[in-house]
Amino acid sequence: MKANIRKIVTFVEETRSEMGRAVEPPTRRAAALAVIENPYAGRYVEDLSELIDIGEELGALLAERAVAALGIVGSEAQSYGKAAAVGENGELEHAAAILHPKLGAPVRKALGKGAALIPSSKKRGAPGVALDVPLGHKDAAFVRSHFDGMEVRVADAPRANEIVVAVAITDSGRPHPRVGGLKHSEIKGEDGLR
Amino acid sequence: MPAVEIRKRIVTVEDIFHEGGPRPGAPYRRAAILSVIKNPFAGRYVEDILGFSDDLKPLGLEMAHALIAALGGDPKAIQGYGKGAIVGSGGEIEHGALWHAPGGYGMREALGGAKAIVPSAKKVAGAGARLDVPITHIDASYVRSHFDSIEIGVVDGPRADEIVLALAMTTGARVHNRAGGLKASEIKGQDGLR
Repeated sequence: MKANIRKIVTFVEETRSEMGRAVEPPTRRAAALAVIENPYAGRYVEDLSELIDIGEELGALLAERAVAALGIVGSEAQSYGKAAAVGENGELEHAAAILHPKLGAPVRKALGKGAALIPSSKKRGAPGVALDVPLGHKDAAFVRSHFDGMEVRVADAPRANEIVVAVAITDSGRPHPRVGGLKHSEIKGEDGLR
Repeated sequence: MPAVEIRKRIVTVEDIFHEGGPRPGAPYRRAAILSVIKNPFAGRYVEDILGFSDDLKPLGLEMAHALIAALGGDPKAIQGYGKGAIVGSGGEIEHGALWHAPGGYGMREALGGAKAIVPSAKKVAGAGARLDVPITHIDASYVRSHFDSIEIGVVDGPRADEIVLALAMTTGARVHNRAGGLKASEIKGQDGLR
């Protein structure tokens, strides 16, 4: 493992009712976060390949953790998202290096499929900063019931020389979806859009 | 007394590998489970509330079992615990106090007996409020290496007419504990203190 991981945090959230109306089955989403040392903290480095490789490692590790936390098999996942928060001695580009080039492939491998783009967000911030991880259907980005977001945070991270990396996975969409659009049951799942 | 209405359940687990010092053989683990429930007394003063504490007993036990499961399933692996409550703005701090008995005894029962008082924190606050839940050794409150806390919260809870109930457990001492005091290996474990 290239990454120096200080901490891994998982969250599982289950919504059983909304506005007094039961959600059956409950909607469930999980996020797995790793707190890692930023190898480029405090200086400008042109070649970010170490973080790109770390992104690949973390994609596999965090997807596996999130799926395990939901207690499902990967193929039962319905939507996903990713995010990173860079500590104050790092650049936004460090988050980009982790998230974009290589993190996606192992996430898709853990889920068996994943034709759609993995929606993402990133920021620089202090320990405890909230990350809103965007969520979208894993095989068809236009599935409207699965547009969502999950707020996560780690109280003591990122320290100045750290990065928090998050992968979120669900086995469902929003509770009581009723704003129309493409349905989960209607997708083709080939082009990642519909 | 009214039935307990649960809107949402959240489980969070932290695996702490190091904090800048030597890595222990196994990570220190810290976890919390949260239930967002409806506050049956919100919006008015109710004198007789104690019956609701009994209503919460099955929930306390169920949450304790689920939290042990999230930490690997072995009650003997649990060394620290704590509890907390966040009461929505339509309720009183006294409503949070109803969690003391069902939360504490639920954990003791699930752990097969634990001698120390369960440390706790509670407050009245808005949705998204964070609470630092204190944690101490399950059999001897003075074990210094096990004094810890975990920050918890729910982005969209508690609403004004809700309460967030929390239990926390850990698998050992702080990751680089070296602040002296009574050691876990030295306790008698009879009076709950030493």
